[in-house]
Amino acid sequence: MSNTIPNVSNSLTRSASFQLVWLGIAATLGFALLMVLLSWASALTGSGTSTLNAIDAESGTLTLQLSTEPPQLDSTRATDSVSIMILGHVMEGLLRFDANNQLVPGVAERWEIREDGATFWLREDARWSDGLPVTAHDFSFAWHAALAPETASEYAFILYPLKNAEAINTGTLPGDALGVHAINDRVLEVEFEQPLAYFEELVAFPTYNPIREDFYRNRDGRYGADVEDLLYNGPFEMTVWVHGAHLRLEKNTDYWDRERVRLNVIDIPYFTTDTTAALNLFKDGQIAIVDYLGAEQLDEVLRQRWELLRFGDGSVWFLAFNFDSGRATSNWHLRKALQLVTDPSELVNRIIKLPGNLPGKSLFPVWLQGVNGFFRQEYPAPQIALDASAAREHLRLAMEELGLDEPPSLALLVDDTPGAGRQAEYFQNLYGTQLGIDIRIDRQIFKQRLAKMQNQDFDLATYGWGPDFADPLTFGELFASWNPNNNGRFSNQEYDQSVRLAQSSLDPHIRMNAFGRQQEILFEEVALIPNYERGRVYIKDRRLQGVVRRAVGPDPDFTNAYIVENP
Amino acid sequence: MTEFSLTAADFERVSVERRVQTIARPSLSYWQDAWVRLKANRRALVSFYIVIVLLLFTVAGPWIWAVDPTVQDLDQLSTPPGADRRAQIVQPYVPWNGVFTTINESLSDTVGATTEIRLAQPASTQTVRLVWDPVLGASGYRVYRNVYDPAPDGAVGLPLAEIYDPRQVSYEDLLDLTPTRYWYSVIATDRNGREAEEYTTLAVDTIRVITAAEAQTRGLVDLETLLSLGDEVRVSFHPLGTDYLGRDMLARLMYGARVSLFIGIIAPLFFVLTGILYGSAAGFIGGRVDQILMRFADFVVALPFLLFMILFKIAFGIGPGESGVVPMLVALVVLSWPATARLVRGQILQIREEAYIGASQLLGAKTHYLILRHMIPNTVGVILVTLTFAVPTVIFVEAFLSFIGMGVAPPTPSWGSMCNEGIQTMLNHPHELIFPAALISLTVLAFNLLGDGLRDALDARMRSRE
Amino acid sequence: MYAYTLKRLIQGVITVWFIATATFVAMHSVPGDPLLNERGVNAEIRRNLEERYGFDRPIFDQYLIYMTNMARGDFGISFTQQNRSVNDIIREHFPVSAALGVLAIVFAGLGGVLWGALTALYRNRLPDVIVMFLVILGISVPSFVIAALSQLALVGLNDLVGFSVLPVAGWGSILHMLIPSLVLGLGTMAFLTRLMRSSMLEIINADFIRTAYSKGLPPTRVFIKHQLRNAILPVITVLGPAIAAITTGGFVVELVFAIPGLGRFFVQAVQQLDYTVIMGTTVFYGAFLVFMVIAVDLIYGLVDPRVRLE
Repeated sequence: MSNTIPNVSNSLTRSASFQLVWLGIAATLGFALLMVLLSWASALTGSGTSTLNAIDAESGTLTLQLSTEPPQLDSTRATDSVSIMILGHVMEGLLRFDANNQLVPGVAERWEIREDGATFWLREDARWSDGLPVTAHDFSFAWHAALAPETASEYAFILYPLKNAEAINTGTLPGDALGVHAINDRVLEVEFEQPLAYFEELVAFPTYNPIREDFYRNRDGRYGADVEDLLYNGPFEMTVWVHGAHLRLEKNTDYWDRERVRLNVIDIPYFTTDTTAALNLFKDGQIAIVDYLGAEQLDEVLRQRWELLRFGDGSVWFLAFNFDSGRATSNWHLRKALQLVTDPSELVNRIIKLPGNLPGKSLFPVWLQGVNGFFRQEYPAPQIALDASAAREHLRLAMEELGLDEPPSLALLVDDTPGAGRQAEYFQNLYGTQLGIDIRIDRQIFKQRLAKMQNQDFDLATYGWGPDFADPLTFGELFASWNPNNNGRFSNQEYDQSVRLAQSSLDPHIRMNAFGRQQEILFEEVALIPNYERGRVYIKDRRLQGVVRRAVGPDPDFTNAYIVENP
Repeated sequence: MTEFSLTAADFERVSVERRVQTIARPSLSYWQDAWVRLKANRRALVSFYIVIVLLLFTVAGPWIWAVDPTVQDLDQLSTPPGADRRAQIVQPYVPWNGVFTTINESLSDTVGATTEIRLAQPASTQTVRLVWDPVLGASGYRVYRNVYDPAPDGAVGLPLAEIYDPRQVSYEDLLDLTPTRYWYSVIATDRNGREAEEYTTLAVDTIRVITAAEAQTRGLVDLETLLSLGDEVRVSFHPLGTDYLGRDMLARLMYGARVSLFIGIIAPLFFVLTGILYGSAAGFIGGRVDQILMRFADFVVALPFLLFMILFKIAFGIGPGESGVVPMLVALVVLSWPATARLVRGQILQIREEAYIGASQLLGAKTHYLILRHMIPNTVGVILVTLTFAVPTVIFVEAFLSFIGMGVAPPTPSWGSMCNEGIQTMLNHPHELIFPAALISLTVLAFNLLGDGLRDALDARMRSRE
Repeated sequence: MYAYTLKRLIQGVITVWFIATATFVAMHSVPGDPLLNERGVNAEIRRNLEERYGFDRPIFDQYLIYMTNMARGDFGISFTQQNRSVNDIIREHFPVSAALGVLAIVFAGLGGVLWGALTALYRNRLPDVIVMFLVILGISVPSFVIAALSQLALVGLNDLVGFSVLPVAGWGSILHMLIPSLVLGLGTMAFLTRLMRSSMLEIINADFIRTAYSKGLPPTRVFIKHQLRNAILPVITVLGPAIAAITTGGFVVELVFAIPGLGRFFVQAVQQLDYTVIMGTTVFYGAFLVFMVIAVDLIYGLVDPRVRLE
């Protein structure tokens, strides 16, 4: 605008500014009033209390951040790690994991596992948070509820080793046919569908947690939805749950093993998936632990001289192939060619860049137990020697068999996390430069990726599998031809037989031999290209001790944690 | 009576005095006038030049800086601009089995410090191989690495490895090695897996290395040049540094500009065009049709923009190998046309009522003449301004979608997605955020100021004021 | 006036119906399957899930059920939190977004008017240059960059002072809201400042201002009573769209500052293809905006005597 202004004298400017100042003051006052109103409003939706520091030794309070609030605290339906972590603090099953990740008695005082079933003797002093005892009936009810077709529990399959469970879950048998009986309040009888070597591992899983029938029925479908919709029998009980904003766990004084619990309060007023925000909160002294870091944050952590720790989260990540006969990836030579140029070590050291991740060598991760020691020490993974020229030869054979003139173009299905995108770009470049194979990246949001996986709409897919229980079977089963998660439909008769054997045998030698054979078959058939065993790097306040990280079970576990004032 | 005779001269035409009518300044058409005003507006002019430079950067840039934006240089990950490029030629990487002792001590409850850590071979960015003397009674070792000296407070840094086998007294570090000084600490663990109180630290200076074969395939030296071990070469030059996969930032910014500016310019073009057609149809036809058309436009305006943008993005889906630019364009057009439609319709209704249109009609102007001579010139200014202001909005929308992970699919770069990547590494590699963010800001700013200038220049009401 | 209001409200209801239908159509053309999860389920469980969410019915039936439920104000049950209704989610999380939005609007409105007036007053002088520079920054830097940088600055500030002046993230007190809402309102504030500035400058030349001066009114009175008042009017007209931009634009700050608002829930729901939450949130926001715009229009009619509502 170039139009002229009438002569505005300086006095005007001055007096007008003066007036503006008055307006500003009035506005500030009005603003202050608004603030009061808003702070009242926000107290309704938030915690309303001023946040304590990360650690308060006096009151035994620990402040944490979680990636999200627990989506599902109804143990029959919980599937995700956050829900399982919270459930691990407020609930207790028949067995639980201790500070050394060993199975120890939980609500069950002792137990006996036979070939055809098991018996659990419950302890007398296990209590619900309303003071009533935890009985065998509560377990029986929970397991029935999880298997009832109307519950539509995604984890119902984990109860399938119970007699008739699968038939009940698919609606072919009524619920009372289940091989679980509460003999009396303190004795639980379980019948198996077939002999089972790892039932102890299973009953520690949250789907096996107890639920009290009268309470569950009272909630009218809202069981687990809110703080008053849950009964607790674990080391902590939940006292505050403002959705998406605040979660507070307090020591459960009715818990039978309360001496073990040394923290009084676990306060969780932050939910964010943004690790940068979490790191900022830690830096600001607001939270006591950042339970995983990205590679890009390590430099900052080093600069701050914080204590860095690591652990393996137990999951195995790999490139899955589509074995549909119409796909180029069903060709063994093509898969072999890809295998011969894939260097998991480069992926881990140059792309993921996080210590704790191990270059993938097998479907079976290093932490699994074998007969006497680690499974992978007893049955070492086959070595892959990188060989680009052999790979090109395999590619030539593959093109011959497939009747192609040029290397095929493959769709690589990945999820939409930044890390997955980077890996996809890495693979695209790797296979493009080494073999001339054009990789088309297919990045999809979580559910769309799952749909594409299940509809076999991919050639290659990055895939991760976390263990449900600490037995090689949780991995081995994955490539059985009947497994719904075997998305590429890998099918091999010998493999299937070997899995059946491992499922039904009780002899550890036979079972581990079977897994060893599975490992070989997967390598020979190039059923997958292992990428990495995921590790996590985390930081914690030096005053916080006794935090347990684990691959199977609730993680992180603060039930044994304690505070030292001067580390 | 006087003789009155007429001569031919008397019948000559009286000359008309035309000087009064002379126009002092050359007559200016609407566009000439607008151009003059735009030139007078310095800010707008500068913005105009910036826009041209940005377009050149996008279109001609890749010819001048002919670097493939997809080439990954895994030896130069996230390198800032102006990093040291010297590299030594070394042998290709050979796997190392490590060093194992045969002693088999019984484990003890307390263990001492590792006595000495040595390098098995000179440390380089290819590998750092550590060997240490076994510690009596240790159940294993933990290896840490720091880029700062751990001495003052024992901050040993990154937990590189946990070794459970007491016989293994070596470790090979391959993790993201850069040419710098590292402090390696090896701590023995006792029978219970607890770390020893004391430990030893070794400071190691790594140098950048490259194999001769790599140097040649990357084009760092001629194929004829014979390289021997220890020779020094310079790794490829990246004026703006590299990103997390070692790709050239400048080249990526240029290709990213193609996506961002393409979406930023094409989407507004399309939705403005749709809006013009729709709005002028409504304006010309009028009556019931106009009512219905405009009511529908109102509905579309009422859709929450960002929410629907996200919905459409997932509804259209992006197939394998696709960049996702087209679905984003479609979604933008579908959601954004009504604003222009309303504007154009309003203009047309207004112009139809103007006196000069009536006058023109009285003088016998046909409809197509009216449209060509009056309607279009009088609306085009407004449309141009709308278009200019739409560009920054769309660029922001693209950036926003990238931020929440709904942007273009990798490996296609866009400024928004580069920004989003950069924000993760903001503290350590600020160059990955600064450059794309600065380009976004510059573009948005330039188009905004240009839009201001155009509005002032094209506004017919303003012409009378000068 | 009443007739006009009624007419606008009816139009609003129809618009909301349109939004709901558009959402339904968009949602059902999304590829992917919200019932899938990482662990595959058997056919019977799948059937039960479909039954629970009505997916076993023909699409038109689903539409009718969805519409009748929505007319009753029932948005259904979330897919990811199967024991929580969408109504609960909106009821618990919308107030958060709203509180943030209100504060942001207040920041933007007050800031815009004050800065705008100030810059017009000190036209082409130092205060003008400084404020306009900040305005340009506010307009041209993407909000997620500003959000991330301001969080970083907060950490730095707290570090410098030695105690927590303002919380870095989270929710629960007024202190948690200050910085996020400032960031949220920044773009709008910049926009309003520019608008206010130009509208002030336009009015300076208006006849009634000249009249006011010539009849000897003191300059301050002219400034406050005539100039400022009239310059604010155009600012009010854009408040409707500004509210829309701010309430739906809250995603970024909610993500960065870990605020449990509805926007963050929406983004999560999209990742999970949580149909009911997506549809519920979209329709709710749509309806909110529609009636907000109506409200702003009606208020504008009351404030500006030149505007006749008919």
